[in-house]
Amino acid sequence: MDFNDTPAEAAFRAEARGWLAAHAPAHELTPGLKIPDTEEADRSRAWMRELFDGGWSGLTFPKALGGRGLTGIEAVIFSEEESRYHLPKGPFTSIGTGMALPVIAKHGNDAQRAQFIEPTLKGDLTWCQLFSEPSAGSDLANLRTKAVRAEDGSGDWIVNGQKVWSSWAHLTDWGILVVRTDPAVPKHKGLTFFVVDMKTPGIETRPIRQISGMSEFNETFLTDVRIPDANRIGAIGEGWACCMTVLMGERLGSGAHRSGVEPLIAMAARTPAHDGSTMLDDRAVRLALADALAEEQGERFFQARLRTMVSKGENPGALAGMIKLAYAGRQQKALGLGMELRGLDAIAADPADSATADLQYDYIYSTVMRIAGGADEVLRNQIAERVLGMPGEVRMDKDIPFEQLK
Amino acid sequence: MDFDLSDEQKMLADQARGLLAERTPYDRLRKLIDSGAEWDEQLWRELGEMGFLGANIPQEFGGLGMAELDLGVIAQELGRANAAVPFFSSIVLAADAIRLAGSAAQKAEWLPRLASGEVIACFASAEGPGPLLGQGTQLTDGKLSGAKHPVADAGIAALAVVQVGDGLALVKLDQPGVTRTRLDSFDQLRAHYRIDFADALAEPMPGAGVLATLLDRAAVQAAFEAVGGSEACLAMGRDYTMGRTMFGRPLAGYQAIKHKLADVAVAIELAKSNAYFAGWAAECSADDLPGAAASARLTAIKAFEMAARENLQVHGGIGYTFEANCHFYYRRERMLAVIVGGRGYWADRLLNAQPGAQGQTHSTGKAA
Repeated sequence: MDFNDTPAEAAFRAEARGWLAAHAPAHELTPGLKIPDTEEADRSRAWMRELFDGGWSGLTFPKALGGRGLTGIEAVIFSEEESRYHLPKGPFTSIGTGMALPVIAKHGNDAQRAQFIEPTLKGDLTWCQLFSEPSAGSDLANLRTKAVRAEDGSGDWIVNGQKVWSSWAHLTDWGILVVRTDPAVPKHKGLTFFVVDMKTPGIETRPIRQISGMSEFNETFLTDVRIPDANRIGAIGEGWACCMTVLMGERLGSGAHRSGVEPLIAMAARTPAHDGSTMLDDRAVRLALADALAEEQGERFFQARLRTMVSKGENPGALAGMIKLAYAGRQQKALGLGMELRGLDAIAADPADSATADLQYDYIYSTVMRIAGGADEVLRNQIAERVLGMPGEVRMDKDIPFEQLK
Repeated sequence: MDFDLSDEQKMLADQARGLLAERTPYDRLRKLIDSGAEWDEQLWRELGEMGFLGANIPQEFGGLGMAELDLGVIAQELGRANAAVPFFSSIVLAADAIRLAGSAAQKAEWLPRLASGEVIACFASAEGPGPLLGQGTQLTDGKLSGAKHPVADAGIAALAVVQVGDGLALVKLDQPGVTRTRLDSFDQLRAHYRIDFADALAEPMPGAGVLATLLDRAAVQAAFEAVGGSEACLAMGRDYTMGRTMFGRPLAGYQAIKHKLADVAVAIELAKSNAYFAGWAAECSADDLPGAAASARLTAIKAFEMAARENLQVHGGIGYTFEANCHFYYRRERMLAVIVGGRGYWADRLLNAQPGAQGQTHSTGKAA
């Protein structure tokens, strides 16, 4: 067991660190300062361009496709170093590099690779994800948005339906889209994957008013949207395999997520209790905070174990879901505790108290963590089936044509 | 970074697991309980011959001079097997106490014999209900008075490391001033005793202020042992539910069972990850040890608690029978949960290791 980099890793880290020191500061956002999302999008593109010009975009992508052909551990090291800066990164660019490109690279043709890969790595093309629907979340293959061939013989597809939870759909250039092209076969088999220009007539995005008061997610309505057959990725009916490529492409995070428990300990220490003590002296608070902190440490070192697997070329698979499951539940619980220890002030604090405002927001947002990117219940199924080898779920609709499902 | 056990440590684990699986199957545990045995003497002798008992004891004192993590790997396997041996008393607590606080002569006298397993030592700290304070015993002019209870493995021990206040003393148990009385032990595979000292000859150990560090190091080993026990429970629960049919399909196929065991699996991985780091810190980073040991301890208590309870639960009624194997762990888990201070002590230890987070009323200068 050794926490130090290997000589090769250390050299790569030094190279990354040196380049970032020279290029990252000019792109940093001011922490806490809210900027319009159009400006954030522009700055994300500029950072992508800087990364590309410096040779740091598409690190694990094959060289032949414009990437750098490096290993997973080098990508993790770069992302650790990059996370030292407050850079404009997020779904606006990561859906393109992390989801669209792997599918295009694996299932697309040469023309599509040439059209999309390099512009995306440069930040010229940005992407949103048009997968989930009102009745297709964890059961994604139940989606209803349909595509049929245009009657004019052009070979184009006409798409109608509704997608939901598409982050940044109002500002991105292209979308990755999965639709039903054959309702006469069981649900997984009748899906086809497309890329769609978000400026195509018939696409309307509406921001979703979220419980946080923010609106970073959208509903996207598709009404007679015409997509050329050239923008179909993979064969007709290969949509589910493409979706699997997207989901498998989700890599191990850098582990650099915002610390949850230490700020709560600090908050307890400055929250008065009776007789001149603080809430950090309260036995119940101490036990709960210590439990949360111990679990957070466990997540951190579990991440280190998985990172070691990646560095040895192994795929952590469903083990990565264990960290997400632990993190999301623990975070919500700890933030709820944080509100309790502030007392009634947690509900309506002094306007100058930004820490309590952050706590309120984080507590609301913690619900997202338990649902997005694999809901708790889906992850528990995956862990039970793939890690513990327990039986799969009963699937009543597995062999029934989609159009016959109730 | 290489945050994994080494190949040698994995081999050590395999070796220990293989030996224990062969020598201490559950039917043997049942026989030991039925016969009222204090321990599995034959297994202890074999563990000694394999060198496992002296794993982390320095070579100059007859041990193998291996790292804390190596000992942890062995503790994990002993936990998995629910072995009836005084490993925690004699090696993890007593030998380590002598190593940390003993004089050169005391080390030379005792460590080689503890490393071989020839002599067993117990660790006498508790004095009835409550935390592990040593306030009721007095050591005056080399004479010890008072009582310690419960003390694990005192019946087979020749030597006791006794906590007196903030210090530690060595007491040979085969002397007129010492009376040992066996207690009914909740963990039926670890005998517990009351020891009364009436002007018993005692030798103070010169090392001062080692108690907190001793408990930190022991907490790491307790975490490894708990992780091993938890893994055994998870595997047992999984296997049982896979083999049992309910309402026409395997019990293991129901989400009520799958989700329960998935949560147990997550808790175990968090505890194991913390135990690995704490094992590393015990050897390589003293500054990190208090917080790391506390995190390992807290998450290991939680994992084993969940695993032992839910394993019995998914067995249903058969889990409540002596013939099933759930009860060994259900009992052992409670002992491990209190063996080196409970959750309150370790919560304080963890929070006080955070920079700038000291509470005003709860210092942890003393052992719990």
